[in-house]
Amino acid sequence: MGRKILLDKINVPGIKTYEVYRKEGGYASVEKALKKMTPDEVVEEVKTSGLRGRGGAGFPAGMKWSFIDKKSGNPRHLVCNADESEPGTFKDRYLMEYMPHLLIEGMITSSYALGANLSYIYIRGEYMWIYKILEKAIAEAKAAGWLGKNILGSGYDLELYVQIGAGAYICGEETALIESLEGKRGNPRLKPPFPAVKGLWQNPTVVNNVETIAAVPWIVNNSGADYAGIGIGRSTGTKLISASGNIKNQGVYEIELGVSVYEFMNSDEYCGGMQTDRPLKALVPGGSSVPILPAHLIYKTAAGEDRLMTYESLSDGGFATGSMLGSGGFIVYDDRACIVRNTWNFSRFYHHESCGQCTPCREGTGWLEKVLWRIENGQGREEDIDLLWSIQSKIEGNTICPLGDAASWPVAAAIRHFRDEFEYHIRFPEKIKNRDHFVNEPFEKVKRLIAKQEI
Amino acid sequence: MERSQIKQEINITDTLMNRINELISHYPADKRKSALLPVLHEVQDAHDNWLSIDLQNKVAEILEIQPIEVYEVVTFYTMYNQRPIGKYMFEFCQTSPCCQNGVEDLMDYTCNKLGVKVGKPTADGLFEVRGVECLGACGYAPMMQLGDFYQEHLTKEKVDQLIADCKDGKITLHDK
Repeated sequence: MGRKILLDKINVPGIKTYEVYRKEGGYASVEKALKKMTPDEVVEEVKTSGLRGRGGAGFPAGMKWSFIDKKSGNPRHLVCNADESEPGTFKDRYLMEYMPHLLIEGMITSSYALGANLSYIYIRGEYMWIYKILEKAIAEAKAAGWLGKNILGSGYDLELYVQIGAGAYICGEETALIESLEGKRGNPRLKPPFPAVKGLWQNPTVVNNVETIAAVPWIVNNSGADYAGIGIGRSTGTKLISASGNIKNQGVYEIELGVSVYEFMNSDEYCGGMQTDRPLKALVPGGSSVPILPAHLIYKTAAGEDRLMTYESLSDGGFATGSMLGSGGFIVYDDRACIVRNTWNFSRFYHHESCGQCTPCREGTGWLEKVLWRIENGQGREEDIDLLWSIQSKIEGNTICPLGDAASWPVAAAIRHFRDEFEYHIRFPEKIKNRDHFVNEPFEKVKRLIAKQEI
Repeated sequence: MERSQIKQEINITDTLMNRINELISHYPADKRKSALLPVLHEVQDAHDNWLSIDLQNKVAEILEIQPIEVYEVVTFYTMYNQRPIGKYMFEFCQTSPCCQNGVEDLMDYTCNKLGVKVGKPTADGLFEVRGVECLGACGYAPMMQLGDFYQEHLTKEKVDQLIADCKDGKITLHDK
């Protein structure tokens, strides 16, 4: 059994309530930090732990904290990003729904480290029932003296509130999230200035993912060095993986970073192998934005090494033969899946979610969706594949925020690894009329119709 | 009928106003506008799940901001409805993992059963079917959102049951 530090108590009956959570040792990190540590000492522990942002970017959390501007004297804020919306990702929801006090404890300890006296949890609008759970948990924590003025007689004050979004993927981008928290449209801001200098209401602000903040209590209770002892290399600690698609046991798993992709996919402790006897075709290991991997690059890297669940191993080979750990949205496809249809599905998502601020993304995501739709619906032209390649290459890197890149990468990877499937759609429109076209006749069986072309 | 011509009766009850004031208190006194998103949710829930221009103007008045600041937010976020919608809105997640688990067939089934097309309410205004983007329930697919709650691991039988429960008034849309 892999070590659990976030979900170790999730099956304790009543852990959702304050009483049980406290009895199980909850809020110990707040006591330790406020009574025995300076804020900078907490920051140092988090730096030592090597904890990386769990929202997708993987930026070292301690370093992000150390950028917060303390010189200006302006009020500081910690904002928790609970706007979980990356397709394939549902881990934060699990944590918040079943262990709301772990997040609140993490928010208090982390706010103390940053010197923030007013902090927020920004949760996506669709998680309305979890918003209510968090509001209730905050009220319980406040009644028990963990929030408010002069917490534990330490002289430290903190108010914590939940803010609800209203259905916009873009608000997961930290500056868009801040705009939304200010009551505006979720248009990402130009950086610099970074939120650590000018964030919420132009005050120094740190935005961290739910899972990142939830790891802080363990690090404070134990030590940064203990946390760094879990995992491999720069992939320290544990990670929540949201596993979905054509596998037996879909759900949220906490893994020690470094477990092999093969073990994660096939062991009964985790995914338990494929859903049916249909073979594995492709994997999106880190949410819809990251490059899709074809079967031969899933368990082994191009160099022939075992592929591991780490930031480094999943990106081994760059975009040519690798992908990314991203948010840990692990989507598995068997041979019933159509890569063209799936890529169109993702492109529709990005088109819908583009904020419209930057032309390459606003226009380009729409073009990607339309061209993919026509290929999937038997109206594709030979030149469409190169057209898609050209569009995605013109979006990538040319937008204010990473949504443009996120929209481009899945298209580029699908063409890179599955170009013959696109060609098949274009050359044999009569064979793809039904949306379930690969269910009865998987692509492997008709592949011979297409002479393989590499790009 | 033009959207702007549909009248909506505005009723800001004391309970609603108390909740609005509580939400406003979550932000510094000079940052009332920050409460806009949560306030719009509360107001919409209390007004048949949609926001007419008059109602949006009322929200602007309460938060002491310009009406345009409300309009631009309402038009940006998908959860705010600018027209009357079916009372029971079945919002199916139609992103990749849900598709792999058969949501498209299930949406077709639901539309046929209700005799509607996606995005058009039933004649009695009771039901509407919509396809939405990823709801963060990929491991529990296929699924939909109904009011404030998720209905997961859906099957045709479960959809039948939900429709029956809605007709019988057994479904709670909002937890207030």
